[in-house]
Amino acid sequence: MTATALMALLSHWRRHPVQLLMLLAGLALATALWSGVQALNAEARAAYDRAGALLGEAELPRLEAPAGLIDQQDYIALRRAGWQVSPVLEGRVDLGMSRVTLLGIEPMTAPGGVAAADLMGADPGAFLSPPGRGFAAPETIRAVGEAPFELVAAPEVPVGQVLVDIGIAQSLLGLDGRISRLTLLPDQQQGLPPLDGVAPGLHRIDPATETDLAALTDSFHLNLTAFGLLAFAVGLFIVHAAVGLAFEQRRGVFRTLRALGLPLRRLMLLLAGEMLLFGLIAGAAGLVLGYLVAGSLLPDVAASLRGLYGAPVPGALAFRWEWAAAGVAMALAGVLVAGGQSLSQLARLPILAPARPRAWARASARGMRLQAGAAVALGLLALVLVFTGQGLLAGFVLLAALLLSAALAVPLILAALLILGERRARGPVAQWFWADGRQNLPRLSLALMALMLALAANIGVGTMVSSFRATFIGWLDQRLVAEFYVTARTEAEAEALRAALSPRTDAVLPVWFAETTVAGRPARIYGTADHATYRDHWPLIAAAPAAWDQLATGEGVMINEQLARAADLWPGAAVDLPGVGRLAVAGVYSDYGNPRAQVMLGIDHFLYAFPQAPRLAHAVRMDPADVPGLMAVLQDRFGLPGTLMSDQAQAKAVSLQVFERTFVVTRALNVLTLSVAALALFASLVTLSGMRMAQLAPLWALGLTRRRLALLDLGRGMVLAALTAVLALPVGLLLAQVLLAVINVQAFGWRLPMQVFPADWMRLGLWAMLAALVACALPALRLARSAPADLIRVFVHER
Amino acid sequence: MSDRPTLSRRAALRLLAVGAVALPGTTFSGAVRAQGFAGLGTTAEGFAVPQRGRPLVFPQDHGSHPAYRIEWWYLTAVLRGADERDYGVQWTLFRSALAPREGQGWSAPQLWMGHAGLTTPTSHFGAERRARGGIGQAGVDATPFRAWIDEWQMTGTAPPGADELDALRVSAAGGDFDYRLDVTAEGPLVLQGDAGYSVKSEAGQASYYYSQPFYRVAGVLNLPDGPVEVTGQGWLDREWSSQPLEPDQAGWDWVSLIFEDGARMMGFQLRGERIFTSGTWIEADGRATPLPHNALRYTPLAHAQVAGRAVPVRWRIDWADGGLSIETTPVNPQSWMDTSVPYWEGPIIFTGTHAGRGYLEMTGY
Repeated sequence: MTATALMALLSHWRRHPVQLLMLLAGLALATALWSGVQALNAEARAAYDRAGALLGEAELPRLEAPAGLIDQQDYIALRRAGWQVSPVLEGRVDLGMSRVTLLGIEPMTAPGGVAAADLMGADPGAFLSPPGRGFAAPETIRAVGEAPFELVAAPEVPVGQVLVDIGIAQSLLGLDGRISRLTLLPDQQQGLPPLDGVAPGLHRIDPATETDLAALTDSFHLNLTAFGLLAFAVGLFIVHAAVGLAFEQRRGVFRTLRALGLPLRRLMLLLAGEMLLFGLIAGAAGLVLGYLVAGSLLPDVAASLRGLYGAPVPGALAFRWEWAAAGVAMALAGVLVAGGQSLSQLARLPILAPARPRAWARASARGMRLQAGAAVALGLLALVLVFTGQGLLAGFVLLAALLLSAALAVPLILAALLILGERRARGPVAQWFWADGRQNLPRLSLALMALMLALAANIGVGTMVSSFRATFIGWLDQRLVAEFYVTARTEAEAEALRAALSPRTDAVLPVWFAETTVAGRPARIYGTADHATYRDHWPLIAAAPAAWDQLATGEGVMINEQLARAADLWPGAAVDLPGVGRLAVAGVYSDYGNPRAQVMLGIDHFLYAFPQAPRLAHAVRMDPADVPGLMAVLQDRFGLPGTLMSDQAQAKAVSLQVFERTFVVTRALNVLTLSVAALALFASLVTLSGMRMAQLAPLWALGLTRRRLALLDLGRGMVLAALTAVLALPVGLLLAQVLLAVINVQAFGWRLPMQVFPADWMRLGLWAMLAALVACALPALRLARSAPADLIRVFVHER
Repeated sequence: MSDRPTLSRRAALRLLAVGAVALPGTTFSGAVRAQGFAGLGTTAEGFAVPQRGRPLVFPQDHGSHPAYRIEWWYLTAVLRGADERDYGVQWTLFRSALAPREGQGWSAPQLWMGHAGLTTPTSHFGAERRARGGIGQAGVDATPFRAWIDEWQMTGTAPPGADELDALRVSAAGGDFDYRLDVTAEGPLVLQGDAGYSVKSEAGQASYYYSQPFYRVAGVLNLPDGPVEVTGQGWLDREWSSQPLEPDQAGWDWVSLIFEDGARMMGFQLRGERIFTSGTWIEADGRATPLPHNALRYTPLAHAQVAGRAVPVRWRIDWADGGLSIETTPVNPQSWMDTSVPYWEGPIIFTGTHAGRGYLEMTGY
């Protein structure tokens, strides 16, 4: 009996292969997008962990010098005083055909359990003794080609880094006797002499307060995750529609089976098993697809992350169980959610209910009211959350409520618009056009909701990424405004440098700072010269009148957004600076990606208050064309290594170019989400077209040609799609606003200003119309080519 | 001494230990396998080899010999506290050369490792330090004598005219302990083997080896429970060579014995395919008599579970020709040095035909 019942149930799919295809394709696509995004995120996160774990120093506090580099004698002094520290020297250098980050470590003192130590196990002498030996990821080795020492493949080393002995690093970087940072090992001896007494001027940086690569890049990953989730939701609409339709069409079968004595319980188990099977098949297919999607996108994601944050992400994807399992789980959950409603309907179905095929999603007046009520309730929930929500979770609930509310409202609004069209229509065909649209709306509503969600997600995420990009470019402009940056190794050298630079450049601006505590937070105070560089480029998000003059005269200071938000200090308030006094907050500037408080103080006040601050780093304004020449001169005259100079015009160009690659990813995800939505529309229209013969046959009999009818059908699909696209715009903008102003603030403590890009909307609208055209074309074509006999047969079988 | 077929027991230990210096975190067996003696053996060319008849010259030879592959300054002390409890202290500095030259800066091919041990009847503390040569973090100067790694020090305090090693101030610290000892020699330096030239095998392998076994010790141990004043006796070993270890020798059991009548004795057995024993009898005035192979017999009396392995912590040691038969008891059976190359090292008390105190070192368990 069970086997027979199963055969009977499954025979439905044999008769409706397109429906089966839709169900599986929808679920597979949804899973693919979701798991693809998860795979990208997992790969990137694993890379960040690797970067930290390699030195075992990610979890450890470290000591740094405000001037940038630590004298090696300070290292010896600390060790001789009993402090257990290990030196690290890090710097960029041209190696072979590539520019790499050289990571010099001291294996004898490096923290225990260090991956780095295992790397050099076989022959420590080769690693320690010149010319040394470098460990790097295979990709890095390929990129470098020939190096002045042997390169050994070590996949655990982050891409773009070469791990060498600190002595080798010092000589390659031209930084003999210099150290970037000292890792403070755990289990320090009790009663050690204070740090300040042994090596004055070093700052202890605890891992918790430090800018964490993962935290910086979280915003990027959040975007991807949001995209994946939305794509999945859109995919679920398809599955829901297909499953619901299949249930509806099999009512006759259910009735017969029940009448023949199949217990309801077993029937439900069979149906649930069927859905689980589909979930597994589609989930597996989705994983494969997702892996391909992620694999093809990863090089771009990796390039973006590397360029944006220096985050070392390899360009090759590894299979990870965590996202594979999550992907299959999502597929199964999805199919159960989609089928659950139908199952519960089945449970309540009387055995001998009439087997009349009823439109599954026929919207009764009561159903409409319920849907409207749900939409309004969810909208209200979103509204309440905007004002009262606290934390990231509330932000995500807000996001979900907003989208769901909008999706539920779509058919209602479309129905109202169609009624409006009907009232204005002249002539019977036009009136029928609108009325027919309204009648079929319930059957298309799920697909249209999916389309709306896809479009809204595209607009929302696209707006956020574009805003982020615009902000990032602005941020680059303010941070890298000078044409040339140079750091001296000693105060005397800095003095000589300034003297040498002044006559040949427009301005030599100090990049001098002191670490202190402001409003109870660790903060960095910069001495800022009064120069157009700042006045013209530093974007202020809040400013008092004549803010820059206040800074120049020393009446006021500029603070970064992080400090402003954390301590609630805005123009009009005053802030206590240790050693300086109480000064007015003249302006607040955005400072993305920096978790710490920062203050800009006029240079005169700064020098007075912090006479001991190192004066080594300088930003130089000059003709960009002269930079290479100047670098050569400084190299000859001062023996300055290239690592202490940087030509920022070039660095910026590279950064921007790399950032553009981020949009390859976004565009690809946009296209994929939209494809899913188009598929949903197509699926609905295909099934609809089969059921519409009865409605169209009388019109054909009244004299409308099949061609005319097909065009009308096509037109109606396009009108619905266009209306949906228009509705998606405000929803997408709202979504972007929530992402930028709520999720971002909750997650990172700073708010990205929203910028709108209407050209993108136009492009997206065209894409949506194209997708709708493709989805509507096939059913319309089928109608245009349907045999007159089929239409006549409608009257034979008149019901 | 001269007929020992291999380097002394400490040479072997120290070779292992120093070979593993650049391998933080690896285990004993891992060090043997991954590093291997072959690794060190291949670079044997170029290192200096001890020559018979070259007299040891002091104070120069108290300092380091970078042309030789391995070297150490090894002090052990058996102590008694003001609290009437027994204590033991170890202070060791190992040097290992990647190439036979001194060098300056990071490219100097000299590696250093320090071990500090402190044993009480109920606890054992150990610590390890590692350093590169050439940058000032660790090293040894002959005059004025000082050996150091990080803040650990062994500094000469002898008056002018006396041998640099006649008086030393020694200090070291680990996470939860530290000690400071003043040691003063009450007897002469003892040259091992043929005037400090210690032949190891028929093939002519040898090391330079001398000791100062006659220290009187006073100092303070700082333990988690508080400071303890201690006094006692100490023993310093100095040895340098370029010899690799025989591959079949899995470990060794070594003792230094300080008799109540003022005499001293050093003895060991090497556990290879066959057992090899050797030793030195040292009169109270410093006259030394080498003990030939098979003169000593080691018999384990009791094992203890130490760091997950069975270690023979009580021994009977017989020297039939010398009329000596003693049984040793550790002050603390758990005297385990949990360093990058782990081993057992701690103070012992012995009774039998002779009585006294000493130090026991066991490796390869």
